[in-house]
Amino acid sequence: MSETNGKRAGVGSSVLRLEDDRYLRGRGRFIADIRLPAMLDVAFVRSPLAHARVRGIGKPQGFEDKVFVMTDLDGVQGIRADSGLPGFRSSVQPILASDKVRHVGEPLAACVAESRAEAEDIADMVSLDLEELPAVVEMTRARDPGAPLVHENWSENVFLETAVDTDFEKSVKDAAVKVKRTFRTARQSMAPMEGRGVVAYWDNQAQQIVVYTSTQMPHIVRNGLAGCLGLDQGIVRVVAPDVGGGFGYKGILLGEEVCLAYLAMKLKRPVRWIEDRREHLTGNANCREHHYEITGYAAADGKLLAIDCDAIVDSGAYSAYPFSACLEAAQVASILPGPYQFPGYRCRTWSVATNKPAILPFRGVARTGVCFALEVLLDSIARELNLPPEEVRRKNLVRPEQMPFVNITKKIFDSGDYVECLDRAVTALDLPAIRARQAAGEADGRRIGVGLAIFCEQGAHGTSVYSGWGIPMVPGFEQATARLTPDGGLELRVGVQSHGQSLETTLAQVANEVLGIAPQRVKLVHGDTALTPYSTGTWGSRCAVMAGGAVAAACDVLAGRIRKIAGHLLQADPESVVLADGMARAAGSEIALKDIGAAWYLRPQDLPADVDPAGLEATQGYKTQRDTGTFSYACHAAVVAVDTETGAIEILDYKIVEDGGVLINPMVVDGQVYGGAAQGIGTALYEEMRYDETGQPLAATFADYHLPGACEMPVMTVDHMQFPSPISRFGQKGIGEGGAIGPPAAIANAVNDALAPLGVEVDALPMTPFRVLAQLARGLNKSEQAA
Amino acid sequence: MKPVRFDYAAAPDAATACSLLTQSVAAKPIAGGQSLGPMLNLRLVRPDALVDISRASDLRGVRDEGNAIVYGAAVTHAEIEDGAVPDATPGWLASVARRIAYRAVRNRGTIGGSLAHADPAADWVNVLTALDASVVLTRSLGTRTVALAEFFTGPFATVLAHDEIVTGVRVPKRGAAARWGYWKFCLKVGDFAKASAAVLIDPERGETRILLGAIEKPPILLSDASAILAGRMPLAAVVTDVAPHLSYDSHALHVAALRRAIALATASGEVAA
Ligand SMILES: Cc1cc2nc3c(=O)[nH]c(=O)nc-3n(C[C@H](O)[C@H](O)[C@H](O)COP(=O)(O)OP(=O)(O)OC[C@H]3O[C@@H](n4cnc5c(N)ncnc54)[C@H](O)[C@@H]3O)c2cc1C
Repeated sequence: MSETNGKRAGVGSSVLRLEDDRYLRGRGRFIADIRLPAMLDVAFVRSPLAHARVRGIGKPQGFEDKVFVMTDLDGVQGIRADSGLPGFRSSVQPILASDKVRHVGEPLAACVAESRAEAEDIADMVSLDLEELPAVVEMTRARDPGAPLVHENWSENVFLETAVDTDFEKSVKDAAVKVKRTFRTARQSMAPMEGRGVVAYWDNQAQQIVVYTSTQMPHIVRNGLAGCLGLDQGIVRVVAPDVGGGFGYKGILLGEEVCLAYLAMKLKRPVRWIEDRREHLTGNANCREHHYEITGYAAADGKLLAIDCDAIVDSGAYSAYPFSACLEAAQVASILPGPYQFPGYRCRTWSVATNKPAILPFRGVARTGVCFALEVLLDSIARELNLPPEEVRRKNLVRPEQMPFVNITKKIFDSGDYVECLDRAVTALDLPAIRARQAAGEADGRRIGVGLAIFCEQGAHGTSVYSGWGIPMVPGFEQATARLTPDGGLELRVGVQSHGQSLETTLAQVANEVLGIAPQRVKLVHGDTALTPYSTGTWGSRCAVMAGGAVAAACDVLAGRIRKIAGHLLQADPESVVLADGMARAAGSEIALKDIGAAWYLRPQDLPADVDPAGLEATQGYKTQRDTGTFSYACHAAVVAVDTETGAIEILDYKIVEDGGVLINPMVVDGQVYGGAAQGIGTALYEEMRYDETGQPLAATFADYHLPGACEMPVMTVDHMQFPSPISRFGQKGIGEGGAIGPPAAIANAVNDALAPLGVEVDALPMTPFRVLAQLARGLNKSEQAA
Repeated sequence: MKPVRFDYAAAPDAATACSLLTQSVAAKPIAGGQSLGPMLNLRLVRPDALVDISRASDLRGVRDEGNAIVYGAAVTHAEIEDGAVPDATPGWLASVARRIAYRAVRNRGTIGGSLAHADPAADWVNVLTALDASVVLTRSLGTRTVALAEFFTGPFATVLAHDEIVTGVRVPKRGAAARWGYWKFCLKVGDFAKASAAVLIDPERGETRILLGAIEKPPILLSDASAILAGRMPLAAVVTDVAPHLSYDSHALHVAALRRAIALATASGEVAA
């Protein structure tokens, strides 16, 4: 424990973010802020069609040397991300399409000019000879016999099919109810404030191709880039500058990165490409699209007996590197049971190929869809059995005395009290008051409903989990380097990359916890393959646990070495030395860390004879005690009002109770939860990239692709439970994604609760007024028929 | 996306703007740039010259004609919202302005630009038609005044000639006895309306006007306003009658808009479902 200016700054303190100064003043350095001398701008010619054979690409006369097509990229390979799972069908994503285009927005040619506007002028003049082919657009039809093939050498449009069955038939025999529903989630476009972007140049001194890119995983991008370019990894340096949000959108090797790196080497001039919103929306709507046929079997008292599910994931045209086309569906099958215990489970999944952009994991990955399907089904079961939804959940949730709990898909829940979480949310809402209000009816005629969603978020899961999914990137030990500077400050080097998670602050707090150095004196170096230890990067709610653990481990080693020198200088037992406030203290005397730094770097004559020659710099690797992941969890509870005349949904109240274990910085966690929940509300109510039957995306600007804004956010409260994880260094759990998981399920349950008296349920996201009106109309038809 | 190459000139006054526009058929006026900007960037419009009228001195003023107020075309939504210019109505214009887009858009977007752009979902297009406003149009050849009900010829289309600009918007004054209801349905704050309706009951001038807006084409003034207000006509049928092209959900939203605008204007306050 340590203090800075009398205030705690270590684990558990809500210190202000070190990043705030530059971010809040608009002085970050993002990719588009990088200006290099003689830099050229690149504009891509992208496919206007979803599926077509490329018969020719015509370079405009006089601009032949400014336009590059695939045959100009000597020796460059397409991107492959194969899964090792049996039956996986492999795809190759061309850097520039040359024989076929498989989705709108796929790059066909790169145009280079002194400015982006001029590059676009050239792109305008490039002629395309495309022979349009029938497109595969609707995931539920992709496996139809005779469906056009996205990849002609495949027998069907399926990357991977999986099936699991645990005691299903046996478990359903005595079911009192069987409730079947079909659900679907829309294709979304992740929308970080900063889009993608790349600046690349050849560093002649270092003899390296340097690629600045707005990424979450510089080391993984380097792996992939070197592979596609056929270069030694040592010749490739990848740097992530300030990154304006990722969410999974930047957890990928881009064809654009490969192309720009090649052009920079070929032209021997810096080149840059900044994605614009039109490219972003029309060519890269790439997440969340699931379809579920799900059946729940339960006893009369609400006890779940079995879940049976057929899930389709629209994986798009290619397998994206490194997460592959089947991570999403693999996750569906393994996490569908959620935080519940029941004896029978059957799940089949299909990762289908369509003429849309390749699917990427978006904050929450498959959990948002899975939670929606399972939690909405649970409420339908509750209605069928005439039981309160909270009662059905209480009956089936894993209980605290069962921890660590191994669920039906062999997930190991580390700690927590899920029932308490539910109960706190129900109490926070004041459920009896809402039920009374509901019974009384609203003066304005709207209908009130209340909805719950409870889910868990596996974070920081490692080798044993990912090796089972067979993807090109399996995380192992996470490393960090800690170096005491001669003036008593600290430099930390980590391979993860902070793109809004406040890691510069939280990892400094971790170091402070161990070394007692003020966070303001801790410099985090991240995002540069030349300067940081190797890492798979920032994804999967892993940084607080893995990078936090690695920083603590490196600081531990450093602390031992500091104590040894301090003991010598203070003439005290090194074991008795306490590190706090930038000082080493023992036996009533103290010495500043800057003097210890000075002893090592500047006055080695003062050091003990048996000083550790590794000095005041340490690199350590870290894994959690068991690499099956920490399990944070949360209950989201929503109260909504539904206007049945317009289909409009207003969120009246929103409560979140979550357990992120020990919070390194509670204020940062609040920010993660609120931000995630805003995206979850987007999934629930607003965000949808629609396609017409030829595969044309129907939104090209934010006027048509609706994101929730500040005005659409309800006032939320977050209550933290803080059951420590037994497997992480400080008891912290990964919590970065949870906020985005719960809202669709909680809001849908609230809407269904509101509409239950009309016999109407929503079953598709987003719940736009148009969908609600359509469901209402269907419900009314139904009751007319019945009458 | 970046716009195509174009020349730019800021016009000090309307006359200069008109003469600059006559120099090329591909020249275009730009006011707040809030609609034209995105269209330029998407290359949906490819002008060879932009004539900036947002600072033209005679388009920035307001003139009181006694029974009407004439707003210069380059008066911004924000100026109307803030009361920086007089309101021809008992505060209705300010409250409409306040709910156009976001403040950043309102700071630049202009009343004349909004009408010239003629988006069927835009607020001024519908509100000012309901209020029986007219526009003053100017070109080098001369000036004419056109009632808004005649100004719009289709979605994003008006009677404006290529070298003609809106210079003023004439809004009849409405007194304390007049009643007004405007209701629009948006998917989120700042979104264009998916349905809108406006109701004006002005006993002093003996006018009753009911308008259905955001119908993918210019707004429609309903002919049987009094009968509708008296509740003698089922609203669903009224909407079907004048806008048979609307989809099921759009129809439902327009019925809701109509009913709620009537409720607001008749101050029954009952806008319930
Ligand atoms: C995010 C966003 C949200 C919006 N939401 C709304 C909304 O909720 N409701 C709403 O009503 N509007 C909305 N708008 C549009 C906004 O009100 C614009 O200000 C308005 O449509 C155009 O005005 P402008 O002055 O910016 O015109 P510009 O964009 O400069 O010009 C628009 C068109 O009109 C022409 N033009 C401009 N002025 C004149 C003139 N005096 N004479 C002849 N032609 C002229 C231009 O040549 C161009 O073709 C929104 C805009 C944005 C960007």
